[in-house]
Order: sequence, then structure tokens, then C-alpha cells
Amino acid sequence: MSEHAHPNPNATDHHDEHGASHGSMRDYVIGFLLSVILTAIPFWLIGTHAIADKGTAALVIVAFAMVQIVVHMIYFLHMNTKSEGGWTFMALIFTVIILVIALSGSLWVMYHLNTNMMPMAHQMEQVS
Amino acid sequence: MAIEAVDHSHWSPLLGRLWWDAIPPDPIVWVTFAAVMMGGLALVAGLTYFKVWGYLWKEWFTSVDHKKIGIMYMILGIVMFVRGFADAIMMRLQQAIAFNGSEGYLPAHHFDQVFTAHGVIMIFFAAMPFVTGFMNYVVPLQIGARDVSFPFLNNFSFWMTTSGAVLIMASLFIGEFGQTGWLAYPPLSGIAYSPYVGVDYWIWSLQIAGVGTLLSGVNLICTIVKMRAPGMNMMKMPIFTWTALCTNILIVAAFPVLTAVLCMLSLDRYLGFDFFTNDFGGSAMMYVNLIWIWGHPEVYILILPCFGIYSEITSTFCGKRLFGYTSMVYATMVITILSYIVWLHHFFTMGSGASVNSFFGITTMVISIPTGAKLFNWLFTMYRARIRFELPMMWTVAFMVTFTIGGMTGVLLAVPPADFVLHNSLFLIAHFHNVIIGGVVFAVFAGINFWWPKAFGFKLHRGFGLVSFWCWVVGFYFAFMPLYVLGLMGVTRRTRVFHDPSLQIWFVIAAIGAAIIAVGIAAFIAQIAFSIWKRKELACGGDPWDARSLEWSTTSPPPHYNFAFTPVVHDIDAWTDMKRCEVEAPKSGFLPIHMPKNTGAGIILGGIATVFGFAMIWHIWWLSAITFLGMIGYAIFHTFNYDRDYHIPADEVAATEAAAHGQPLPAGA
Repeated sequence: MSEHAHPNPNATDHHDEHGASHGSMRDYVIGFLLSVILTAIPFWLIGTHAIADKGTAALVIVAFAMVQIVVHMIYFLHMNTKSEGGWTFMALIFTVIILVIALSGSLWVMYHLNTNMMPMAHQMEQVS
Repeated sequence: MAIEAVDHSHWSPLLGRLWWDAIPPDPIVWVTFAAVMMGGLALVAGLTYFKVWGYLWKEWFTSVDHKKIGIMYMILGIVMFVRGFADAIMMRLQQAIAFNGSEGYLPAHHFDQVFTAHGVIMIFFAAMPFVTGFMNYVVPLQIGARDVSFPFLNNFSFWMTTSGAVLIMASLFIGEFGQTGWLAYPPLSGIAYSPYVGVDYWIWSLQIAGVGTLLSGVNLICTIVKMRAPGMNMMKMPIFTWTALCTNILIVAAFPVLTAVLCMLSLDRYLGFDFFTNDFGGSAMMYVNLIWIWGHPEVYILILPCFGIYSEITSTFCGKRLFGYTSMVYATMVITILSYIVWLHHFFTMGSGASVNSFFGITTMVISIPTGAKLFNWLFTMYRARIRFELPMMWTVAFMVTFTIGGMTGVLLAVPPADFVLHNSLFLIAHFHNVIIGGVVFAVFAGINFWWPKAFGFKLHRGFGLVSFWCWVVGFYFAFMPLYVLGLMGVTRRTRVFHDPSLQIWFVIAAIGAAIIAVGIAAFIAQIAFSIWKRKELACGGDPWDARSLEWSTTSPPPHYNFAFTPVVHDIDAWTDMKRCEVEAPKSGFLPIHMPKNTGAGIILGGIATVFGFAMIWHIWWLSAITFLGMIGYAIFHTFNYDRDYHIPADEVAATEAAAHGQPLPAGA
């Protein structure tokens, strides 16, 4: 009774509330336009040096990139809370949580590593 | 025995680094090689003489049946467990005699390989196959499915895992294994300090086996989410299935990290990159950080299904529903998430400051809360129950005691200042053996004793089982309590020779403990052999333990298609509910059953992967290229095989069911 063992050719185009959505032409056009705009603005920001401070500029671009990711997921990957009975959305939330933990955790840990580097002067005295 | 004196720089286009100097310069290895060769030849000759090759190929190696794949995982796990235990015995013996000027019997080069191989084999090729084997065998039966979601993928996953195991076994006789410890920290595992093939064996056996683990994780998640019997919503799933789901989510989230880390280490070693080197901006600490982001979830990947096994056993042998089912589910989910935010406790001493260390120390201690909740759930299930002390229940009680001790030393180690004292000492070794043996190994024996009648239709012999049980439990305490003492005295792990004679007595006691465990393992193997021999006397019905979940509602052993009719679930303990309502197995109205066909593609791809790994390890570039293209090409070729399924005719189903129900004691396997 496996998925593998049920190649039902009549069921492939069947839409119901549990199936994955496939998107419409309108969705793809909206997604495309949003992507273009969200790509063009960072290029314009850098090209015209609209933000003087480099750190701020980098942060703004990262923010645009994040919005871009969300746009791709909604309009191209058809991510919503109803697809596959909510399972794809749950999987997405889990993925985001794990990514945030792993990335932010690694950054935090790695930037913090100099705090107690071993042979410091006062420790050397204690050891000897 | 200075290994640096041996020059391994030979390379030829045809054989790469493979040359006569690949034969290890060690008589112990030669004797082992001779013994393994003779044993292997005897096995091959026996199989040929009894003409079982065709049977094995058709019924097992190419099988996509989740039950047979599960059993093959268990066999792989047992074989590799014995290998890993042989390494353990060698270490215990070396450390027990290397005193008072004695160098022991293992040269440093060999001893380092032994402790590395022991860790790698026990985690990746013993514990993982055991856990995957249980999940494969039990989960589809527990949720009322006829197979997993992707049966061919399941077969392929198994053969990739086996492929990794074959490579690691080959390292024993051809070349060397890593001398780096089981996680191969750079810079020691970098090309500058480990120039020969040891670390490459490590990389490729894990990389290939990792493909199998990841795919089987995807497969089981999909199976559990999509293929539950009607009526079984998430909160009616058996606890073992719940823990299997959480474990496979952990696998899918964590193993890509391992793959990426191994890729980076490979680039360092093969192409001169500098991710983890000392120079050019490389950071070995990043490796430690990343590998533990995988490594800590890995610990829970192993233990969660074992918690599931204990839960099934406790409620079965107490004859009542598991206490606090809902809290058990939530505890499992909380552990799943928490296991991702504790990884730094493996390297408290690497240099982080107080805020990072205390954050990870606290998260580590917090994990003991859901784990404690689970323990109390089992205790309250047992409270005022009429407990039947069959073998699986005895293992469960031993687990509860042992695991609690291990858990408490774990909370102790989670305190960063304490960890600064105990880091890398034998106290740590004692702690994680305490939780892994007390948690995982005991669960494996509990589970084998519990589900063996399900798989083969007869029980395992109780007498041998008791010998195995008591030897294991007593042997465990003798083997590892001395290590706690030694660790508190400051003895470091992975030490080959000792200078303080007062330590020797503790190592001798630990070695005696290991010997007692060896008797336990021998008794376990004797238990299996004796039970197979006496299978007529030990035969039992479909439900010998008066169990509670769906896998026991079909016959033992289950028919190829598991359930003639998909069961409908109304309660958490679905089978108990059916027994209470006196549901009868239907006698007529059978329909043809749609099943997947066996295929040799999995074992062929696994075989090519083994050769590919071997070629990469030995820098035989032409062979690597050919086998890599061969794998891709064969996988694509397999996608054109449309002849993948067939129907079991209704008559055959009816005949099988009639035979199973007309004759309530199926005779043997």
C-alpha cells in the first residue's frame, strides 16, 4: 500500500484541499515583478552609494535578500499553510528554526572563542 | 614502532597509492586477517554447497520488503557490534597491562586506530543500523501500512550503509584506519598530520553510509506522515512511531551538516583547501563547532527510538496503557528541539567565555527535564501494575537504573566549571558509555527479545537470555564504574601507557568487566542459535506477549503484505482495543494486493559506491571517475525500469490467510 506501489494515473491532476497548490500565471508574474524590484533596489543602492555607511548598506541588502527568499517561497514554491494539510509549512518552520539556530549559534560561538584562549599570563602562573 | 619512518608517498596512475606497503606491519592484523579469510571462505563455501546464493539474492539482497530490510539492518548491526567490541576488548587489555614500564602489546599506531575504529563502528555501524533496523521493521507494521513509502529507496539505503561498513572493515587489512579519535578533529586529521589513507577511509565510509542514513530518514518520515491506517491521527500513534518520527526529523536536519563538514575536510585533504588548516585563515575550531551541530542531535537520533522501545515494552508487560501518553509525546518533541541548542557542551574548554558556556550549560541541564518526565511516566506505568518480568521488561528495568546514573553524571558534566576539570577524562568516557550502553544497547536487546517472536514466530530462549542479561548488567558496572573513579583522579582518555602503578587495579577491574560483557555477548549469540534450533518448542502465536499495538494484530511472522485488510484505528492501543471489541480477522472477500517488485538496483549501486570510495581513498583517479559516472548512469538507467509492481492475486491472499489462521502456531521462520 505504498506511494510507490500506487501509480494511479487518474489521480495526478486531482485537486483537493490536501494536495499541493500549483499556482497561476498571475502568481508567477507577481513573483517575477517583485523579484526584479527587490533585486534592482540593492543594485541601485550600491551603484549610487545611496547609503554612505558600509555596515548599514550590508544590513539593508541582507534585509532585501530575506524578503526575496520569502517572495520566492510564496510565489514560486507555493508555500502556504494549507498545502499538503499543513505539513510543508510545518517543515518550513522547522527548517527555519534549525537554520537560525545553527547559523546564529555558530556565529555567536565562533566570535566568542577568544574569551578564554588557553595560555594567558595569569593562568600560566597558576600552572607553574 | 615509529610510523613516520614508513614512507607512503608511492603513487602510480594505475593503482594510485595502493602498493605493498599497504599491508599493515603488525602480526596481530595478519593473524586476524588469516582468521577472517578462513571464516569468510568457509562461509562462502557453505553457502555455495547448500546452494543458497540464489535464495539470498532473490529473497533478501534484492528485497524491497521493509521487514527483510529491517532484519538485514539488524544482522549488519550485530556483525559490526562484535567487531567494535573486539576493539574494546583490545583497549581494555592494553590499558590493564601497560604499567610498570611495560608498553603493553599494542604499538601506538595500532592503539590509536583501535580507539578510533571502536567509536566510529559502534556509533555509525552498530547503533545506527540497530535503530534503523527497528524502525524499518516495526514502524510500517505499527501504523498498519504494507511497506514504506519508497520501498526501493529503502533497499538502496541499506546497501549504502553496508557499503560504508565494508570500507571500514577493509581498512583493517588494506592500509590503515584513522588515528584521530572518532570525530577526526583537524588539524590532526588534516593532510599535514595524517598524510596516509586512515582519515580518507573514515571520510568515505561515513560519507557513503550517510547517504543511506539520510535517505532512510526521508523515507520513514514520509511513511509515518502519509501512510497511517485510517483513524490513526497523530495523537493515536504508538509511542515508538512517535519517537521514530522525531528521530528521522533529526536525521534529515542533522546529517546534511555532517555531509558538508566531511566535504570541507575532503577539500582540505584532496585539493589543498584551507577550511580547517592552521594557515591561510583556516579554523580548526569551526570544524569542531560544525561537527557537533551534527554530533549532538546524533546522540538523540540513537536514544529517542530506544525510549520508544522501552515505552512499548513497559505498557505491554505492565498490561496497561502507558502513563501520560501526551506528556510522552511532548517530551519527545521538546528533546528533539533542545537537542539542537546544546552542542557547545562538547567543547566548553575551547575558549568561549562565561555567557556562551553558561547558556549551553543551562540548555543541557534543561534536557534532563523532559527526559525525567519520560522516566516518571514509565515508573507510573509500572506503579501498581501486574508486571510480567519477561526478558524485555528486565532489560527495561536495568535501563531505568543505569540510564538514571548516566543522566546524573551528564548533568554534572553540563556544569562548565566541572567540565573544565573532567573534559577528556575517563569520567566522560564512563558517562557516555553509561547512557549509550544503558540506553541504546539495553534497548537493542530488549527490542530484539520483544519483537523476535513477531519476526519469526517463536520466542527467544529465556535461559540464555537471562545469562546474557545478567552478564551485561553486571559486566557493565564492573567495566565502567572504575572509569568514573579514574576520571575523577584525572586520567585522560585514549592513553596507551601509564606510569602511576596505583591506577592499575582500576583498569584490571574494568578489563574483568569487559570480559563479563564478552560472556554476555556470547550468551546472546548462543541464545539466538539455540532458539533457532529449538524453534518448534519455542513457537508462539501471533500475539505472545498480549501486546497492545497494531503490529501484533497480524500473524507472526507477518505475511509479505502485512495486513490483508488495512486496519481501522479507534484508540491509542489499537490492538488492545480490537481485542476488547473482539474484532475477528475476515475470512473472505479478499482483494488483490498491489505490491512493489524486488530489484537488484540497490545492491548494484551500493557495490559501485564501495569501489568508488575505495578508489577515492587510494587516489586511483581513473577508477573513481568510472565508478562515479557508473553510479549516476545506473541510477538514471534504473528510472527507466517501469516494471516495478505487481498484484498478489486474491486467491493467494485467501490461501495465506487461511493457512495462518487455520494453524495458529506457525512453525518457525
